[in-house]
Amino acid sequence: MSADVKIRISGLRKGFDTDAGRLPVVDGFTLSVADGEFVAIVGPSGCGKSTLMNIVSGFEKPDEGSVLIDGAPLRGPSPKGIVISQHGSVFPWLTVRENLMFGLNGKGHGDKAALADHYAAVVGLKGFERSYPHELSGGMLKRVEIARALVVKPEILYMDEPFSALDALMNLHMRNELLRILAEERHTVLLITHDVEEAVYMADRIMVLSPRPTTIKAAFTVDMPHPRKLSSPQAQQLREDILKALGL
Amino acid sequence: MVESGLNVVRTKGLVRRLARRLLLMVPPLLVIAALVGLWWWVVVKTESEIFPTPWQVVTGALELARDGTLWEHIGASLFRVCTGFVLALIVAIPLGLWMGWVSGAYITLNPIFQMLRPISPIAWIPLAILWFGVGNVSPIFLIFISSVFPMIVQTTSGVHTIERRYLRAAANFGVSRAVLFRRVVIPAVLPQIIVGMRIGLGVAWLVVVAAEMIALHSGLGYMIMDSRNAGNRYDLVIAGMIIIGLIGLLLDGATRLLEGLKTVRWRYVR
Repeated sequence: MSADVKIRISGLRKGFDTDAGRLPVVDGFTLSVADGEFVAIVGPSGCGKSTLMNIVSGFEKPDEGSVLIDGAPLRGPSPKGIVISQHGSVFPWLTVRENLMFGLNGKGHGDKAALADHYAAVVGLKGFERSYPHELSGGMLKRVEIARALVVKPEILYMDEPFSALDALMNLHMRNELLRILAEERHTVLLITHDVEEAVYMADRIMVLSPRPTTIKAAFTVDMPHPRKLSSPQAQQLREDILKALGL
Repeated sequence: MVESGLNVVRTKGLVRRLARRLLLMVPPLLVIAALVGLWWWVVVKTESEIFPTPWQVVTGALELARDGTLWEHIGASLFRVCTGFVLALIVAIPLGLWMGWVSGAYITLNPIFQMLRPISPIAWIPLAILWFGVGNVSPIFLIFISSVFPMIVQTTSGVHTIERRYLRAAANFGVSRAVLFRRVVIPAVLPQIIVGMRIGLGVAWLVVVAAEMIALHSGLGYMIMDSRNAGNRYDLVIAGMIIIGLIGLLLDGATRLLEGLKTVRWRYVR
């Protein structure tokens, strides 16, 4: 088991200084994610989910505790784990193809343009390689972002409410797209969301966070094969249990 | 098939856009026509002996155009503006990027620039004459002084307002500093640089005319002063003013073309 652990997070603590003194945000967070596993972290708004994600992806340092990736301490952000966030960070001054090629800056990627176009096709953007982001819809932009992450073959995808800025239909559509892509290339995924159904639909395990200062309050294993039906009794029961754990 | 279909759509769109643009030009042209009419009417009514009618201005300008002096004056002014402006651009962009990126540079240099910036370039004229005489160097220096600060300020603030999510994404992909600058920082700042160029060029044109009025023997500013001094040729004074305005409009239009660049469109469509 321990050989397969991709991300080992132990005893994370983090606080911020405010006018009213130290505000603890993360209070002892411990989690191990296996290689190829899809773990969703569900928590109420403002509970410190994003801070947690910033630490785990290497953008912030914890006050206490450690993050090990493949057994080695995390030193900062790297292409090994790509963050896909709510607001998106597709560069508006680059075309879709140029965006996808952005991360391919070393040698040994072969034909970069061909690789970029391959992933554009994977996310269903064939024919838009030369478009600029402002010519695309919100859903298409999200696909660009996912494709740009996939091109560099990251071992981990950190997704921070990736679909919450999309409309409900596109949100459902993107869930399926993501699962389809993940079935082809087994990435380890850490998904942060406040959408319980999104977690039930996609994740292998679901961690429920407490309000701030946050810690894991309950853990669920989703033992249902894909494609899942959210209307099935089992999924409904799981959703109820998670909502109960969230105090709703 | 799809390509050619797209082309047809594009051509149609182009025609429609052109028609709309022409239509937009009608109201300002009407205002100009009304002003010229009013001017003409007042001059005729007051039977002014010294103030010219629009027609006298046109004939005066044509006279100068025919003997070639008009073009020499325009050429001289444009040469000074372009030289001073390009020098300012070469200094302002690297300096602005550096000040935007390195906070030490910003803290050190910003107060000095903020202090120099509000000093009217006209105030530099005595010093310019003292240092560089009355040749071409003085107005070029003045144009440099007047356009370099707005461009530094715009570039610096452009760097400061780059959205963090883009810098984070770049850090996530582990790109080198060179790639970060070339692919993220500079393109992100480019729209602001273009705004700075518009301001800089506008000020430069304003200043060259003022500088030429005082110091030199050629250029549109000189032409205006010389026309007044040599026999009260107010028709040429006004012709000079109108030509300055028109060239200013063209210069601004030329920098605005930069806003159409594909890589900066994102800033202007939202």
